[in-house]
Amino acid sequence: MTAAGTGTPLRRGLLLPFPAGAGRARFVVARNATAFRRAWVLLLSGFVEPVFYLFSLGVGLGALVGRVTTDGGSVVSYAAFVAPALLAASAMNGAIFDATFNVFFKLRYQHLYDAMLATPIGPRDIAVGEITWSLLRGGLYSAMFLVVALLAGLVESWWALLAVPAAVLVGLAFGAVGMFTTTFMRSWQDFDYVTLAIQPMFLFSATFFPLSTYPDALQWLVRATPLYHGVALERGLMLGEVGWGLLWHVAYLAGLGAIGVLGASRRIARLLLT
Amino acid sequence: MTDEVLLRARGLTKTFGDFIAVDGIDVEVRRGEAFGFLGPNGAGKSSTMRMVGCVSPVSGGELSILGLDPATDGPAIRARLGVCPQQDMLDEDLSVEENLWVYGRFFGLSRREVRARADELLEFAQLTERRRDRVEPLSGGMKRRLTIARALINNPEVLLLDEPTTGLDPQARHVLWDRLYRLKRQGVTLIITTHYMDEAEQLCDRLVVMDHGRIVAEGSPRELIDAYSTREVVELRFEVDDRDHPVDAVRSVADRVEQLPDRLLVYTADGDETLARLHESGVRPLSALVRRSTLEDVFLHLTGRSLID
Repeated sequence: MTAAGTGTPLRRGLLLPFPAGAGRARFVVARNATAFRRAWVLLLSGFVEPVFYLFSLGVGLGALVGRVTTDGGSVVSYAAFVAPALLAASAMNGAIFDATFNVFFKLRYQHLYDAMLATPIGPRDIAVGEITWSLLRGGLYSAMFLVVALLAGLVESWWALLAVPAAVLVGLAFGAVGMFTTTFMRSWQDFDYVTLAIQPMFLFSATFFPLSTYPDALQWLVRATPLYHGVALERGLMLGEVGWGLLWHVAYLAGLGAIGVLGASRRIARLLLT
Repeated sequence: MTDEVLLRARGLTKTFGDFIAVDGIDVEVRRGEAFGFLGPNGAGKSSTMRMVGCVSPVSGGELSILGLDPATDGPAIRARLGVCPQQDMLDEDLSVEENLWVYGRFFGLSRREVRARADELLEFAQLTERRRDRVEPLSGGMKRRLTIARALINNPEVLLLDEPTTGLDPQARHVLWDRLYRLKRQGVTLIITTHYMDEAEQLCDRLVVMDHGRIVAEGSPRELIDAYSTREVVELRFEVDDRDHPVDAVRSVADRVEQLPDRLLVYTADGDETLARLHESGVRPLSALVRRSTLEDVFLHLTGRSLID
C-alpha cells in the first residue's frame, strides 16, 4: 500500500460519521416506541420506585424528621424537601436504564445498530435517537411522579410546571453519558460500575439532606456530581426558590448531554464502521 | 443486463492494522447482473461487501458505487442499496411486519408506502401468514427470507447478499434461490458472496474467485470451469492404508490428479474412458464416481485447497 493510501482512509474514517447527520434520529425513536407498544407495562415499572421512596422516606420517615431548612433558606416539610430530589432521581434512573442495559444489548447482541447503519441512518442519528428515547422515558416518569407529588400536596410553587422540562434535561445528561459509557463496556459485569456510580449519587447528591449538612470538604464533591445539579434545579423549581443561579445547573446538565451525544456517536462509528 | 457499470473498484484495498483483508482488487459489476465473490472463509469477501455497503471505509484504491463515492455519499448510496448481511440481525423486539415497517421508515419512506410495500414483500417472502408473529420462533429459512424482504423495502437497485444460504437446509436453500431468480428477472442487480460452489453456479452470471484478499480468476461459471478444469472428474476412494500407493499408477493415466485427505480426484475429458484405463493398469479403488467439473475443482486447481475445509 502506498503512503497516499494510508493517509486518506484515516481522514475518511473520521469524516464518515459526521456528514451522516441527525435528520433521521426520529425513526430510531419511532422504532423504540413500536417495540414498547407491546411492553408498556414494563415501561411503567420505572415509575413506581421513586413513588415508593416518596411515601416511605418522605412521608413515613418525614413524620419523625419534621421540617427542614433548605439550602435556599426556606423551611418546608421533609416530604416536600425530598420530592424534587426523587423527581430528578427518577429521570436519572429512567434514562440510565435505557441508555446502558438496553443500548448494550442492542449494540452487542441484537446487532440492531449494524442493521440501521446499512440504511441511510448514520451513527449520530443512532446516538441522538436513543438518547432522545431515554430522556423521553425519564421525562415520562418525572411527569407521572409530579402528578403524585401534586396530589400529595408537596408542590409549593407554579414554577413546578418547569419541573418536567427540567427532568427531561436531567434525562438528557444521564442518557447521553450513559450511552457513551456503554460503548466502552465489554461484558455485563461492567454494569456493576454503573450501579457503583449511580447508587452513591442517588443517596448523597443532597437528595435526602441539604448540602449544608455535609462537611465542607465533601461539599465540593457533592457539587461536582451531575445528580446534585438535577436535584438543585428541581428543588428550586418545586419549592419556588428561583434565581439566576438555576441557569448554572441547566448549563452543567446541557453541557454533559452535549459531550455524551458527541462521544456516543463517535464511538458507535468507531465500533461499527470499521 | 446493460452496459451501465454500477460498481467499479480499482486496486481496492482494506487493511486492519498490519492485516491485509482485501489486497488491491479490480471489479466491475453491470446493471442487471448477478455477480459473485467466491472464496473460502477469510478470503476478503465480507470485507469487500462491507466497503461496497458503505459501512467500512476504503483503505486504499478506488471504489465507486452507482457512480458515487462511498467516502462522501455513503447515505445516498445506502438509500439505493439493499443489504442482506451474513447474520440476520432482525429486530427481535418487533413482529415480522413491524420489522419491515420500521426498516422502511429508516429510508425515509412514508407510512403508507411502507405498509403497501411490506404487504408485497411478505407475499414475496412467503411470510404473509406469519406477519403478526415475533421473529424469534421463525425457522432459519424464514428469518433469511425476512432479512431479504427487509433489504428490499426501499426497492433497491442493487442487492448485496453475504453468504445468503449459509446454515440453511437444502430445501430452504432452494426456496431462497428461487426468490433470488425472481429478483434477478425483475432487473435487480445481485452481488453475492458465497463459499458454496453450487450456489455460485446456480445464481451467478459472472464471478471472481478470491483467495487471501486477491482475485485469482474471473469469468462465468462455465468459462472458469473450461479454463481451469477438465470436462469431467473421476473421484476415487481407497482403503485408508492404500491411499498413497496407487497415486503413481493413477498419474500415469491422467493429466492431473489432486490428492485429498479422503480421495483422489482425476481430471480428464472422458471419465468413463479414464476409469476403464485405470482398471486395466490394475488400480482397484473401493469406489469410483464420474462427475462433471464444478467450481470446487476450479478453486482446487487455482489454490491447491478445498473451498470448505
